[in-house]
Amino acid sequence: MSEVILEMRNITKTFPGVKALDNVSFSVRKGDIHALVGENGAGKSTLMKVLSGVYPHGSYEGQIFFLGEERQFKDIADSESVGIAIIHQELTLVPMLSIAENIFLGNEPRKNGIVNWHEEVQKSKELLKTVGLRESPQTLISDLGLGKQQLVEIAKAISKKVQLLILDEPTASLNETDSEKLLDLLVEFKKHGMTSILISHKIQEIKKVADVITILRDGATIETLEKNRDEITESRIIRDMVGRDLTHRFPPRESTIGETIFEVRDWNVYHPTHSDRKVCKEVNLSVKKGEVVGIAGLMGAGRTELAMSIFGHAYGRHITGKVLLHNREIDVSSVEKAVKNGIAYATEDRKSLGLVLIQDVKSNVTLANLENIKDGMFIGSHKELQAATYYKNKLSIRCSNIMQKTVNLSGGNQQKVVISKWLFADPEVLILDEPTRGIDVGAKFEIYTIINKLASEGKAIILISSELPEILGVCDRIYIMNEGKIVGEMPAKEASQEKIMERIMLTQEVMG
Amino acid sequence: MNTFKSIIKNNIRQYGMLIALVFIMIFFWISTDGILMRPVNITNLLLQNSYIIIMAIGMLLIIVTGVVDLSVGSVCGFIGGLAAVLMVRYHFNVYVTMLICLAVGAAIGAWNGFWVAYQKIPAFIVTLAGMLIFRGLVLWLLGGESVGPFPEEFQRIASGFIPDFFHNPGFHLTSIVIGVILSIIIVFLDFRSRRNNQKYEFEVLPLPFFIVKNLVVVAAIMGLCIVMASYKGLPNVLVLMGVLAVIYTIITDKTILGRRIYAMGGNEKATKLSGINTDRLSFFCFMNMGVLSALAGMVFAARLNSATPKAGNSFEMDVIAANYIGGASTTGGVGTVVGALVGAFIMGILNNGMSIMGINIDWQQVIKGMVLLMAVFFDVKQKNKSGK
Repeated sequence: MSEVILEMRNITKTFPGVKALDNVSFSVRKGDIHALVGENGAGKSTLMKVLSGVYPHGSYEGQIFFLGEERQFKDIADSESVGIAIIHQELTLVPMLSIAENIFLGNEPRKNGIVNWHEEVQKSKELLKTVGLRESPQTLISDLGLGKQQLVEIAKAISKKVQLLILDEPTASLNETDSEKLLDLLVEFKKHGMTSILISHKIQEIKKVADVITILRDGATIETLEKNRDEITESRIIRDMVGRDLTHRFPPRESTIGETIFEVRDWNVYHPTHSDRKVCKEVNLSVKKGEVVGIAGLMGAGRTELAMSIFGHAYGRHITGKVLLHNREIDVSSVEKAVKNGIAYATEDRKSLGLVLIQDVKSNVTLANLENIKDGMFIGSHKELQAATYYKNKLSIRCSNIMQKTVNLSGGNQQKVVISKWLFADPEVLILDEPTRGIDVGAKFEIYTIINKLASEGKAIILISSELPEILGVCDRIYIMNEGKIVGEMPAKEASQEKIMERIMLTQEVMG
Repeated sequence: MNTFKSIIKNNIRQYGMLIALVFIMIFFWISTDGILMRPVNITNLLLQNSYIIIMAIGMLLIIVTGVVDLSVGSVCGFIGGLAAVLMVRYHFNVYVTMLICLAVGAAIGAWNGFWVAYQKIPAFIVTLAGMLIFRGLVLWLLGGESVGPFPEEFQRIASGFIPDFFHNPGFHLTSIVIGVILSIIIVFLDFRSRRNNQKYEFEVLPLPFFIVKNLVVVAAIMGLCIVMASYKGLPNVLVLMGVLAVIYTIITDKTILGRRIYAMGGNEKATKLSGINTDRLSFFCFMNMGVLSALAGMVFAARLNSATPKAGNSFEMDVIAANYIGGASTTGGVGTVVGALVGAFIMGILNNGMSIMGINIDWQQVIKGMVLLMAVFFDVKQKNKSGK
């Protein structure tokens, strides 16, 4: 049982401005369930992408040995051909095709050049039996729930004679029973000699099934714990995952906090297409004048959904609850009304939801408040240029001039344009969703400084972020959200990454 | 300091099609022994293409939002038929008929817009259905036969000329005066915008280029006016097109409405999340298209002096092609009224010039198709180059 199936040696992977993996070594024994844990952005997914060939050989430094040989994967097909299969968090099934068609997509059994349907269905039946899914191979994927879709993904992986199965947060979107089933299946596979790597945030389930646990943080391996050798406790894992130096990453913050100006009461939101799935459950929150309030949580906790549903019902269905500004209920039933009533939401997806990339800086800055630059019947070009120049200087947007197209700006500067757009709309409440995602450290600091400045000007700010240090470094008060619910609230002074993680993990535990 | 080469390079895309138009004109001018540029032919050319140009202006807005309207040809024919039936069979007053036609055009546009904007049916399907529906309705309305002739007042929309206030026989002085006024306004506006841009330290065309550009524009306007003046003066239709072109250029360039339409075409989701009602914009563009199709339908019927069941057949293709030749993007967010005009003129001059040269209709189609393909090809090439 001690044979090593995979060894990754001194892997370093840099993106422009960021070292995503720093000299990581990682080895997996045959027949183990090896858990990989770490915060969002710790480098887990990057490491797995290096392994599976998404980042091809040559784009990283270091060596990969698989089944005793050095491998240089060019792409995913390459790694699949030797028996490595990765199942992503976002499933990659074609909804309008059947289970059998999905399992053999790109790999169809053929007879004289045409698809051998009989064989495909027969083989699918066997595979479905292996993964314990009782469905006809002809069932369409769109008729299956998420848990069953996950099983189809696994069946698809097995059909390719997989030796090493990588699962990226497989239970993140599953309910208790489905999660249980999936984990049992992994244990069952293990008995047959299958090796798997399990990426997960749920410490409870890791403790239950993993033989070895590797903890990553900031692109480096912190510790590798082994069952029956090391003492594995939740607090130890959490400490390994978070503990880091927070000085000088954030500008100093002195807050002057006024009265409560924004409140959300009993907010409930259902999924736009799966009408039985509740995405936000009885959410209550409030923000004071000049206060920066953070919403912490894992990916998929429902934070973006919450923000977008408040912002003019831009997400979800059957939304119930009240939104109050200065103790008066306001109408947020359309984005138009929400903006008019003083709410602004800077999206996490600035390229596809935040900017009109083919237009210039000035047009993007003024888009949400064109009424304000009106000159009689026309756009006052003088007013527009003034406004855009003002924000260019205030937020130090680096562009050749305000006529430059936003598609040509760097991520940080694009983010500044998005924020400028909302500042120009003059909101009272500004919701920032992952404002520093994908931008470099220097630009992050600038964004934090802008947030401080806005708060001191009396805006109420809600900051959604998956990076806990950011939440701790920037906010005055923190809400913790998990599985659509607010599960905790604490002043930033009393909060720590351990405490936040603990709240998330504990509430996860209740669910399974 | 910009070099001569880089200036040409940076501006060739903007003026590329205009330059192509000039070359095409020169080519046919020579190859038709000057027939192309004769006053009577120029007048004909404008009348022949007026309805395409009127619809191309409306189509521009729709293409900028990122979709197309295939029903315009049928709507054009249907409104012509409606006008004919009202005036010839029921003896309606000409002006009442025009108002009814425009209102019906608006209603048809609203019908298309309702399905596209509020019921989220793809525009291609809605307007393909509209193409069949209104072609069917015009057949039913006219009972399969041509209806005409029209009262003279109605014919004048297409075949009339503006009156000469100077009563100068042989030379239409009013046309010249209009040309001069127009030239002065255009040069003044261009100069003002250049000065404004300089104030904000934006890049402007170097002075010699600026002067050359304005001279060319003035020469084109005055040339056209002088040619027309030596025939019967400016046709009513030309004035109508000119007014529409100016109004829609202002709408697209200078108004909040225009800005929002371009933003929507550039990124509909982001525009929606900026608090803009994109459904209403889309509805407006279709309704506007309906009104302009109705106008084009009347002009077309007036020109032929009868309404036929086949009227407007496949006009939609010329209208859409004119926009793409003029630099509009198939994915939306890009395109100008001037571009659409240039595109329509290129198509029109190709038709006219080739007909004069005696090229058969079969080869005319082939050449027009190639021109469309090449124009878009060069546009895409240019974009890829400047994107890198």
